[in-house]
Amino acid sequence: MKESLDSNWLGNEEDDEIYRENIIDHYRNPRNFGEIKNANVEHSELNPVCGDMIKLFLKFENKKVKEAKFKGNGCAISMAATSMLTERLIGKTAEEIKKFTKDDVFEMLGIELGVVRIKCGLLCLNTLMKGVEQMEGRNGIKN
Amino acid sequence: MNNNNMKMKNHVLDIGKIRKDFSILNKKINGKQLIYLDNAATSLTPESVIGAMNEYYGSYNANVHRSIHYIGEKATREYEDAHKKVADFINADFEEVIFTRGTTESLNALAYSLMRNLNEEDEIVLSEMEHHSNLVPWQQLAKDKKIKIRFIRINKNFELDMEHAKELINKRTKIVSVTHVSNVLGTINPVKEIGRLAKEVGAVFIVDSAQGIPHLKVDVKDINCDFLCFSGHKMLGPTGIGVLYGKKKMLEELNPFLFGGEMIREVNFEYSSWNDLPWKFEAGTPNIAGGIGLGAAIDYLKNIGMENIKKYEEYLTNYAFKKLNEAGLKVYCAKNPEKRSGVLTFKVDGMHAHDVAALLDRHGIAIRAGHMCAMPLVTKILGENALCRASLYFYNTTEDIDNLASGIKKAREVFQIA
Repeated sequence: MKESLDSNWLGNEEDDEIYRENIIDHYRNPRNFGEIKNANVEHSELNPVCGDMIKLFLKFENKKVKEAKFKGNGCAISMAATSMLTERLIGKTAEEIKKFTKDDVFEMLGIELGVVRIKCGLLCLNTLMKGVEQMEGRNGIKN
Repeated sequence: MNNNNMKMKNHVLDIGKIRKDFSILNKKINGKQLIYLDNAATSLTPESVIGAMNEYYGSYNANVHRSIHYIGEKATREYEDAHKKVADFINADFEEVIFTRGTTESLNALAYSLMRNLNEEDEIVLSEMEHHSNLVPWQQLAKDKKIKIRFIRINKNFELDMEHAKELINKRTKIVSVTHVSNVLGTINPVKEIGRLAKEVGAVFIVDSAQGIPHLKVDVKDINCDFLCFSGHKMLGPTGIGVLYGKKKMLEELNPFLFGGEMIREVNFEYSSWNDLPWKFEAGTPNIAGGIGLGAAIDYLKNIGMENIKKYEEYLTNYAFKKLNEAGLKVYCAKNPEKRSGVLTFKVDGMHAHDVAALLDRHGIAIRAGHMCAMPLVTKILGENALCRASLYFYNTTEDIDNLASGIKKAREVFQIA
């Protein structure tokens, strides 16, 4: 077995598979980057260790997400994951959104993340869940 | 490696020989030999330090200052010897050296003990380049007592603005606490001069030497500081052991910050009196193996010689500074070569620092990425969310720096940056 001390180690030493082309693409050209005025969900979360920050905006219409945007800064993984996630949210109801799990994020990215980088990948999911929770709290919906 | 030894032959240190003392340098990380450039976070541990700690646990594992048996006496002698080694290393007296968990604990202890006597009109002076450990303790305690904290500015050369320091340090100033060497910018601060300003107004002067003492000859009498704090693990020692140096007069006046066994002379149900220095401040069973390990680390450093270390690191730092600049990177590092230590903080445009670090890791290169526990400096003063930091020690080589430069080149290729 190849010796490796890196808990975040994912693949072969020759390819940098965590940085797949689609991730670099979403990082360099983030989709849905921006703000929504009068959004139903407007929530930001910080990854205190890395300093990564995401602010997520969702506009609902007929109980479904009509528009999703985000702002923030962070590493390629956190930004690409958020960019991809915003694309997936269109047309989803709050109930459907609440069923999103970390496996959906891994599937979206096409990779699984190790203990170190998992925080980067899941920042968008945490932001989304807390944002939706707050919206429902405001609307008087109990979980 | 052989190539590398050749390169170093004409230099003051035999780096090839030194590297053999650090077995971790032979480890393969991701299939590549470890290139360790994260020394400002923690340094590597030589075999002699590991051996000294193993010997304690393996042959005379006993508590100190209590047990009247052979191994108890041997443990006490070795643990006290470690204090003597530290005292000698910084030109202090034995009574003036207190072992703590590290710089953070030393600074917290001072903040708690010294701020007890401060009032609303009083001020504390720090600098804009403090590590969180020399900022948050003061900040939190100042809030409760409505004490003002003033920060000495950084100028465009990434040095402290001494004119500003003169302005800030005045008759309201009760404590001045500054870092000896910045863990982000590598700047070596003029602590002697700052100490003089503090003394002129009768303020207590504290130096955070966590990044200073591993690389520079430190003489507390020359600096004329009241207190000096540092950690064992950044100077070849183990984690969990550090030092609080205090002038004898100051320590005699200072109340203990931890109470319990070991630190007492006499205990009654109603009152107690305190042990002699330094034990007055070392309550409970101490980190005995850690202390002995720190003593062994000092033996190792002395054997190489702090002057030699400084000379070699200057050479290495200048080499790295040049390489990173040639690579077109923005380097946040003290501009004057005489005023900087081997800490090279840089930015790769178009890439987040964590991605740079993760891609370098693929080549076995260990650097730090983030705000380096100096968030206000990185985000407010330098205006960055996260930066990369390569930090050197005397076992690093120019070959390590070359590998760093080529690693950065490869990382840029992954991110399609021309």
